[in-house]
Amino acid sequence: MSILIDKNTKVLTQGMTGKTGTFHTEQGIAYGTQMVGGITPGKGGTNWEGTLPDGTKVQRPLFNTVAEAKEKTGANATVIYVPPKFCAAAIEEAIDAEIPLIVTITEGVPVLDMVRVKDKLAKSKSRLIGPNCPGLLTPGQCKIGIMPGSIFSKGNIGVLSRSGTLTYEAVFQTTAEGLGQTTAVGIGGDPVKGTDFIDVLEMFLADDETKAIIMIGEIGGSGEEDAAQFLKDEAKRGRKKPMVGFIAGRTAPKGRTMGHAGAIVSGGKGDAESKIAAMESAGIVVSPSPARLGTTMTEVLKR
Amino acid sequence: MNIHEHQAKEVLKSFGAPVALGVAITSVDQAQAAIDALPGPLWVVKSQIHAGGRGKGKFLEKEAGEKGGVRLGFSKEQALEHVKAMLGNTLVTAQTGAGGKQVNRIYIEDGADIEKELYLSLLVDRGTGKIAFVVSTEGGMDIEAVAHDTPDRIMTLPIEPSTGVTDTDASKLCDALKLSGEARTDMIGLSRILYKAFVEKDMAMLEINPLIVMKNGRVRVLDAKVSFDGNALFRHPDIQALRDKTEEDEKEIEASEWDLAYIALDGTIGCMVNGAGLAMATMDIIKLYGEEPANFCDVGGGAGKEKVAAAFKIIMKDPKVKGILVNIFGGIMKCDVIAEGVLAAVRETNLSVPLVVRLEGTNAELGKKIIKDSGLNVVPANDLDDAAQKIVAAVKGK
Repeated sequence: MSILIDKNTKVLTQGMTGKTGTFHTEQGIAYGTQMVGGITPGKGGTNWEGTLPDGTKVQRPLFNTVAEAKEKTGANATVIYVPPKFCAAAIEEAIDAEIPLIVTITEGVPVLDMVRVKDKLAKSKSRLIGPNCPGLLTPGQCKIGIMPGSIFSKGNIGVLSRSGTLTYEAVFQTTAEGLGQTTAVGIGGDPVKGTDFIDVLEMFLADDETKAIIMIGEIGGSGEEDAAQFLKDEAKRGRKKPMVGFIAGRTAPKGRTMGHAGAIVSGGKGDAESKIAAMESAGIVVSPSPARLGTTMTEVLKR
Repeated sequence: MNIHEHQAKEVLKSFGAPVALGVAITSVDQAQAAIDALPGPLWVVKSQIHAGGRGKGKFLEKEAGEKGGVRLGFSKEQALEHVKAMLGNTLVTAQTGAGGKQVNRIYIEDGADIEKELYLSLLVDRGTGKIAFVVSTEGGMDIEAVAHDTPDRIMTLPIEPSTGVTDTDASKLCDALKLSGEARTDMIGLSRILYKAFVEKDMAMLEINPLIVMKNGRVRVLDAKVSFDGNALFRHPDIQALRDKTEEDEKEIEASEWDLAYIALDGTIGCMVNGAGLAMATMDIIKLYGEEPANFCDVGGGAGKEKVAAAFKIIMKDPKVKGILVNIFGGIMKCDVIAEGVLAAVRETNLSVPLVVRLEGTNAELGKKIIKDSGLNVVPANDLDDAAQKIVAAVKGK
């Protein structure tokens, strides 16, 4: 099993004809993902054209609206590369079209746009991953977003992270250790996002194939502390899996936004040490080095 | 983006919030006219810097006197003396760091008869994903200390985005602040004004500490600290115009022009990384191996060759930098593009400090080959541990 996406997932691309949308749609197709079409208002009825890394030319139908694209292609997921200004509207359109899984890669969406989107999301049938995230990937089956497919291998580690590039580290290292991944999910670095740690942890705990989990957090907010409490509560009910963790930002100065809009220690909250303490109290082995996520997992699994 | 207190009050006033009369000045020549424009009998002379704790701050220069960055003038003459003492001197507060900040502007405000000091702020509550009010009867104090010592005196109230501030919400705020009579009526109106301002101007934080009840029973915004969501500035040219670049680090200004996330720090190893998480982790691992990072630098997802070269040059401008670590794990970014950008910058800047480059992800092999074939003195690294150890060793001269 995997979580959220598998070989049957049919994916639309919103913002398909842009440079980023084109590149990553090509990468998705090359990985074997069912990229079934795209949305670019005004270009409905024409075809998107791309070139795979091996030189193969590919085409996919373009549509004016998400609803039309869903109806014609049977898509059950969409990935959004629309610029920040128009991103909230693109997510809202996908929610209105009742797309079950909406993955938003775009970085720089205004926070209050996301407040509005999250309110709409709560009353909808859709799940949003992101924004400001690398997407998700189930090895050998489906890749949505911008993760480099070449570093993945099929296995039994679930990976989830607030940071894109640290997701790659965890994947790269678990592949090098011969452990492989069930699914890797980047939940994104913004303060207001569609899916938080707890949602994904619940899915990994419920997934039989996922034997262990790597969770990567960073300074800012209390998502990691909330997740630790969730894991403690679940452990009391007998649901528990070996976990390795990492928190980025131990050396970050207070009161500064560290690249990710959500990565800021403010009002005496969200510092790395309190997150590490919370995660350790929930039985997560927190690695002091981001380079030792894989080896630490191997050690934990030998215990 | 941060703005000054007087600018924050101007913004809030435009939405109808009650603020005192006041005039901002940037030179002593302007002071007399500003003082004359206010009725007295009390003039509050306030240093304008982008840092909190001004009242309890101290000036570095002796001629500025022993008092803090906010002073009371009980006559026009005394108000003028305060302006002369503070303007151009360096104020050190709990938030400025030891070096302090030069006071380049002063806000002179009409004094108020204070009956009660309260605390009010608005922020985006990450747990609920909603805008929330945070209020306390303990105004005028460090709210972090209040949260720590007497958490029962703070109330957080998330607001439903679809309804805005309801009558029930406004009542709850007034109850928490123990307001009655005219002050209560004022506060009900003010809660809606502040929420509207927060939403319409895409604020990230709005803090009023203290919010006061005056002896005449009316409510007034006595201090105001506002920051804006940088990602929403594109729709607020009026707010962009309030930016005061003299408050920012020169390297950080240049970085923002290239849309780079760069923060100057105190260490010796310059970092250029893609992704905020990996950039922080790179700083952490440098520290883990015994050195300190000179900066945080996230070149972002879609950087081209020119942007990478610009980032490299900004990092090099810091005289504390004794070595550079480039750490790229390419998802959106292609490693060959990074490699070319780094090499272009190395050639252009005549790099004289050790440089370790670690490339992984999309087109990593191509990137490594470009660096290897360049013939330049660049140390390649296999992984993040290897990279951190190599740059720390190089800086320590081992």
